[in-house]
Amino acid sequence: MADQFDLECRDVVKKFDAFTAVDSVSLTIPKGSFFSILGPSGCGKTTLLRMLAGFQTPTSGDILIKGSSVLGVPPNRRPVNMVFQHLALFPMMNVSENVAYGLKRRGADRATIEKKVSDTLARVGLPDSGPKQISQLSGGQKQRIAIARCLVLEPAVLLLDEPLGALDLKLREHMKVELKQLQHEIGTTFVYITHDQSEALVMSDQVAVMNAGRFEQVGAPQDLYYNPHTAFVAGFVGESNRWKGTVGMTHDDHIVINLPTGGAVLASRKTHPTLAEGQPVDVFVRPEAIAIDGQGETDNAIAAKVDNVLFNGAASSVQVRDKATGHEMTVALPQTGAFANLKSGDLVNLTWGAEQTRCFVAAENQEATA
Amino acid sequence: MTNPASSGTGGAVRFGALLLAMPLLLWLFLLVILPHVDLLLVSLRERISYGKYEFSLINYTEFFVEPLYWNTYIRTAVMSIMATALTLLIGFPVSYYIAKVMRGKGKNVLFLLCLIPFWVSELVRTFGWMILLRESGVISNFLQWAGIADGPVEMLYNDATIMVGLVYTSMLFMVVPLVSVLDSLDDSLIEAGYDLGGNAFTVTRDIVIPHAMPGIASGCIVVFMLTLGNYLTPNLLGGKDSLWFTEQIYTQFITRFNWESGSAFGFLLLVLSSMIVWIGLKLSRQTLSETVS
Amino acid sequence: MIPSIPQPRFYKGLYAGYIALFFIYLSAPLIVVGVFAFNDSLFPSMPWEGGTLKWFFGSDGPYIGIFNDGKLLESVGVSAFVAFWVTLLSVTVGTCNAFLFERAQFPGKNLLYVVALSPLVIPGVILGISILVFSNAIANGIEEAIGWDIDFLRPGLFLVIIGQFAFITTITTLVISARLRKFDISLEEAALNLGATRQAALWTVTIPFLKPALIGAGIVAFLMSFENFNTTLMLVGSDAPLTIAMFDRLKQGSTPVLNALSLLLMVVSGGLALLSVFVQRDRNST
Repeated sequence: MADQFDLECRDVVKKFDAFTAVDSVSLTIPKGSFFSILGPSGCGKTTLLRMLAGFQTPTSGDILIKGSSVLGVPPNRRPVNMVFQHLALFPMMNVSENVAYGLKRRGADRATIEKKVSDTLARVGLPDSGPKQISQLSGGQKQRIAIARCLVLEPAVLLLDEPLGALDLKLREHMKVELKQLQHEIGTTFVYITHDQSEALVMSDQVAVMNAGRFEQVGAPQDLYYNPHTAFVAGFVGESNRWKGTVGMTHDDHIVINLPTGGAVLASRKTHPTLAEGQPVDVFVRPEAIAIDGQGETDNAIAAKVDNVLFNGAASSVQVRDKATGHEMTVALPQTGAFANLKSGDLVNLTWGAEQTRCFVAAENQEATA
Repeated sequence: MTNPASSGTGGAVRFGALLLAMPLLLWLFLLVILPHVDLLLVSLRERISYGKYEFSLINYTEFFVEPLYWNTYIRTAVMSIMATALTLLIGFPVSYYIAKVMRGKGKNVLFLLCLIPFWVSELVRTFGWMILLRESGVISNFLQWAGIADGPVEMLYNDATIMVGLVYTSMLFMVVPLVSVLDSLDDSLIEAGYDLGGNAFTVTRDIVIPHAMPGIASGCIVVFMLTLGNYLTPNLLGGKDSLWFTEQIYTQFITRFNWESGSAFGFLLLVLSSMIVWIGLKLSRQTLSETVS
Repeated sequence: MIPSIPQPRFYKGLYAGYIALFFIYLSAPLIVVGVFAFNDSLFPSMPWEGGTLKWFFGSDGPYIGIFNDGKLLESVGVSAFVAFWVTLLSVTVGTCNAFLFERAQFPGKNLLYVVALSPLVIPGVILGISILVFSNAIANGIEEAIGWDIDFLRPGLFLVIIGQFAFITTITTLVISARLRKFDISLEEAALNLGATRQAALWTVTIPFLKPALIGAGIVAFLMSFENFNTTLMLVGSDAPLTIAMFDRLKQGSTPVLNALSLLLMVVSGGLALLSVFVQRDRNST
C-alpha cells in the first residue's frame, strides 16, 4: 500500500564523519497532508529536508516518493520542490520570470508557460505582480511568490525550510493561517520544518518532534500537547513547570513524587503504570492546568506567594513561589480576567489534579514511561 | 555546506575542479613563480664569455662596493617611506570628510571626483605637473605676474617636486581603502566617545584610528609598493638627478645590457619592498589576505 | 567630527577649506593638460597665444593634429589591441580563480591564494624584467635544443600582453571573488530544485548575478592595461603602445598634440570609469 504515501523514509541515517546528524528516521506522509518536523536548531531537521530534496545523500536507509526510491535521482529530477529558508528568489529576474523558471527548464512552450504562470500567480493572490522586481515585493508577497514558483511545477511534495523565520511577528501570525489555508485549497503534501512550536501546532495535520537526529514522537498537534511521550516533547511543546524528583510511595491510584527540596507532588497511577519506587523522574505540570484559589480538583494543593505578574493579554500568567519549599512555578491566569488585580506579594492557593502531572524517568536516553 | 549535489558525482566534480585550477596554476607558475626563481638564478651568475656562465656573487658585491648604487637604493627607500607617510597625512582628513562628514548624494559625488583623475594615465598626470612647474610653466608665470618672482622660476628637477608627483600619483590608493574602512565605522561609536567625555583628539586617537587600521595598512602597503617601483614620476619630474632605483635597473637591462647585474638589482628591490611591507604588516598586526579583501 | 556633534564654525570652515584645496591639487594638472591642448603655440607652456583646434585637426607641419599624427594613432591602436587581449584573458582566468577560491576546497589553497595576491606587491618593473629574463631563457633553450628561434618570446607585444596579464589577473580575481562571495548558494540550489541542470543553473542564475562584476572587472582591466607603463617598458619591442610612445615624445619635448591626445584619453577613460561605477552600483542595490 506504499502508493498511499506521497513520501516515505525508511531508517534514514546521515553521518558527517563521526557526527550523526540524522539517526534512523522513518516516516510516512499520507497524500495531501500538512506534515511538520519540529525541533531545536541543530537537531538534524534541515539535513533531513535536504536529503528529501536531494542536496544530501543518506549514509543508509531509503527515501521513497510516490512509492519509488529516489536515492540515485539528482535534485533537478526529483518531483519535490522546496521553499528555501531565505526564499532564494532570483534577484536578477522579475516575478513572472521567477515563477516561469522551472517550466522553462522543462522546455514547456511559451503559451503554456504564460498561462500557468498567470494561473499560479492568481492562485496565490498576486495576479498582477508578474512584471514586478523581487525587491519591490513585501515580505509576505515574496513568501507567496516563492511558493508559487514551486506550485507551478505541480510537485508531489512541497518542502518548506522555516520560510517564516525572516518575517516579523505580526506577519508571521498572518502567514501561518494563510499557508494552512493555501495547503488546504490546493491539496499538495507539505513538509514543513520549523523550530517554532506554534507554527507547527497551528498548521499541521501531523507533527514530528525531532531531537538530536531522532524522532521523539510523531502525532497530531493535540496528541503532542496533551499526551507527550518523552520528557523532551513535554518540555519542548508548550510551556511547563518542570522539577526533578524521585518516585516515593505508590498508592492505589496515586504516586507520590518527592522533590529534593522537600514537598511532594501527586501523579496519577493510571497514566504512569510502570513507575517504580526510587526512580529519578522529571515532573511536568502545564501552567494552565493549575487553578488559583480552589476551582477544580485538589489532589495537589500548594500555598504560594506571587512574585511577579506577567500581563500579556489573554496569555497572562503569574510567577509564584511555594511558601513551604521555595519552588518557583508559573501559573496561567484564566482568560476571563478574574485575578486581573493580583499583585506581587499576594498569597494564593494553587490546586491541580493528579492526572495533570506528567513524569518521565530521568535516564540518559529519556525513554518514555507513560 | 559543501557544493550542492556533490555526492554521487564526486569524480566529475574533482575533474572539473582540476580543469578550473589549470589557468590558475599556469598563471602562477609560468608568470609569477618561475620567472622570479629564474631572476634569482640569473642574478647569481657571472658571464665568463659568450654563452658561458658561472655561479658568482659578483653582482651583489658590486652593488655593495659601488656607492652610487647603494645610495640610490637607500634614497629610494627613504623617499618612498616619506611619500607614503605624506600621502597618509594628506589623504586621511579627506577620506574622513568624505566618509563621515558628507551625507547622501554629495558624498558619492565627492568620492567619484576623487577617483576620476586616477582613471587617466599616470603619464598624462605627470605631464600636467610638468606644464605647471617648468620654467616656462603656469606657476612660474603666475609668480612673475604677481610680482613675487623677478624672473622665470624652474621648479622641476628637485626632490620636492618628485615628492609632489609621487604623493599625487598614489593618492587614490590611499583614499579608497580609507573611505571604505571609515564608512564602516558606526556613527554611534563616535557619539558614544563624546558622550563618555571624549574630545575630537581623544576620539580620533582611541576610536577612529584603531578602527581604520586595516585601511591604513592596506593603503600604505600599496602606496609604498607603487612608489618604490615607480619609474615615470622620478624620471620625468626629477630629470637626470632623480636617482631612483628602478632607473638603475632599467639602465642595466636596456642600456648596458647587463642582465646579470640588473637581475640582482631587481631582486634587491623585491627584497626591500617585501621586507618593508612585512614590517608594516607586523607593526599594524594585519595579514596580507585581510588587507586586500 | 560628524554632523551630529556640533563644532565651532571656524573649525568647520577650516576643514572645508582644506578639502577645497585638496581638490584643486587633484584637478590642477588635468585642467592644465586639457587647456593647453587649445594653445596656439608650438610648446605646451606659457604664454597663452590664443585658442586653436590645430592640435586636433591640423595637418601642415609643424602643426600636426592628433587625428593626422600617424605614429601616435598607430600606438593607440597597439594599446587597444594589447588591452583587448589582456581584458579577455584576465577576466576569463579571474572568473575561474574566483570559483576555485570561493567554492572549491583543496589542500594548499591558502598558500596558493597568497601567491595569487603577490603580484600586487611586486613592483611592475620587476615583474617585467623577471618575465623578460624567463621568456628569454626559454627561447634560448629552444633555440639551442632544436634550432628554432621562437620570435614571440622575445620582447614584443606578446610579452607585453603576458606581462600585464600577470598582475591584472590578480585584480580581476579579487573583484569577481568579492561578488561571488555575496552570492547566496541557495539560489543555485533553488535552480536545481526547480529542475535546472548544473550547467543551466550556472548560466541562468550564477553568471547573471556576476555580470556587474564581470563588466566592472573588464573595464578596470582594460584601463589598467591601456595605461600601464612600468611592466610594458621592460617588455616592449618595436611596436610601441601609447604610453611608451608618449613617454618618448615627452622626453624629446613635444608639441601640444600630446595635450590634445591626453584630453581625448581623459574623456574616454573618465567615461568608462563612470560607466563601471554605475554598472556595479545599480545592481548592488537590488
